[in-house]
Amino acid sequence: MSDARAIADEVARGSYGRLLAWLSSRTGDVAAAEDALADAFSAALEHWPRDGVPMSPEAWIITAARRKLIDQARRSATRANASPTLLLAAEEAEAKAGEDQPFPDERLKLLFICAHPAIDVNIRTPLMLQTVLGIDAARIASAFLTSPNAMSARLVRAKRKIKSAGIPFVAPAVEQLPDRISAVLEAIYAAFGAGWDAHGGDLTREAIYLAKLLTELTPNEAEAWGVLSLMCHAEARRDARRVKGEYIPLDQQNVELWDRNLIAIAENALARAWELNRIGRFQLEAAIQSAHAASRLSGRDVKDEIITLYKSLLHLAPSVGAEIGYAAALANVGKAQNALVILDAIAPPMVERHQPYWAVRARVLKLCGKNDDASVAFDRAIGLADDSAVRAYLIQSKTAP
Amino acid sequence: MKYLFLLYDNEDAWDAAPEKERAEVIGAYMAYSEALRQSDAFIAAEPLDHSKQGKRVKRTGVQNGPFADGKEQVGGFYLIKANDLDEALDWAARCPCAGFGHVEVRPVWNIGE
Repeated sequence: MSDARAIADEVARGSYGRLLAWLSSRTGDVAAAEDALADAFSAALEHWPRDGVPMSPEAWIITAARRKLIDQARRSATRANASPTLLLAAEEAEAKAGEDQPFPDERLKLLFICAHPAIDVNIRTPLMLQTVLGIDAARIASAFLTSPNAMSARLVRAKRKIKSAGIPFVAPAVEQLPDRISAVLEAIYAAFGAGWDAHGGDLTREAIYLAKLLTELTPNEAEAWGVLSLMCHAEARRDARRVKGEYIPLDQQNVELWDRNLIAIAENALARAWELNRIGRFQLEAAIQSAHAASRLSGRDVKDEIITLYKSLLHLAPSVGAEIGYAAALANVGKAQNALVILDAIAPPMVERHQPYWAVRARVLKLCGKNDDASVAFDRAIGLADDSAVRAYLIQSKTAP
Repeated sequence: MKYLFLLYDNEDAWDAAPEKERAEVIGAYMAYSEALRQSDAFIAAEPLDHSKQGKRVKRTGVQNGPFADGKEQVGGFYLIKANDLDEALDWAARCPCAGFGHVEVRPVWNIGE
């Protein structure tokens, strides 16, 4: 992507999210606001990279959306809608956008709405991607391996629920804030996960954008910095992770291919998080990635450090993923037997279709000298792989001495 | 729910592939079938012979294959059990064929419903 296009995209996205958040918070109707802005946003993505970004991007979009807004206002008037009409909100937005001050940013409220407890967990991330960033349902569906029709229908239902249930566009009360923030973080991280698996959606950059946005809107939330750091570390290794279509594991990656800029952002974010002195799951996971990076870049021995970090993680936020990571870390320090005990203790239904579990299990069994069992576990991992490069790597590992 | 996966791939590429590569692909399919079995999702699966061996029968006579114009032909199928379409799509994405060809996922029509 050319720089001009990247800048135009980013500004358009920012303006879109700000306007959508503003209009929705005034009318409580996300779908109507989206509908009103959709064409204007597409027009912006078409014009701005070519003609340059306008001085007041929000004013540009609102002006472009005007006709649509008038149509909608008429329709809602005939339905005798008691809520403030979209047009009124839009006029106010237009006035604001024309002022010299920065356009008011209600996107945090929108993030909280998307991850509201009343909204189904599985639709929170897609909702966020669509409303805050303006990503279309088909692309979201592809990343989440769902049919576009089903994804659209789920998104429509969720937006209807926001309206009909009257979920308020307000910042959560202080006592609810930790839970509500953590739901937002989970949803952002899920976008990264879906992008990472890369079924064609490639949403990792979008997830990083959301995390950056969250750190700007809530700079005192340590975990917002934590999740940003974690994702930037992983993203930094993207090009090294796959060379000529082949999967390369972390310890064999060419560090010249790592994105140093992203690593710097990741390290800076982690430092910001530590300063806030409120430890959390994402910060620990980021610290593990940071240790891995340091080990490759400076040769520092981090194996024990990583084990300590995993122990803290399991204590603070137990999860199957953390158990598997811990087992892999134990195997790396010659404690394959202990690793196997950890893996055996995970309930089988939790990992029936979880490829990383079987890959780690296979490696641990091999280290324990249980070659037949290792071979079965390798086959299971191979059978569950949905990435042909990873599959090929596992096939190689199975037969390697 | 039952779903049929129709596996489309390029038969010419398969014919031209070296023995080692074929063995790897076959191994990957066997592992995939086993993973389906272990998750109790497997019902049936078979690879199909080359499409040029196919015959198309109509009242008016019999026609020799291959039939489609595209390079990709049906090369095999899986019949699986899944709770819903999303789960079926998740399995389809793991099918080796999704990497080099494509998998058509068809819900089996349940006449009773």
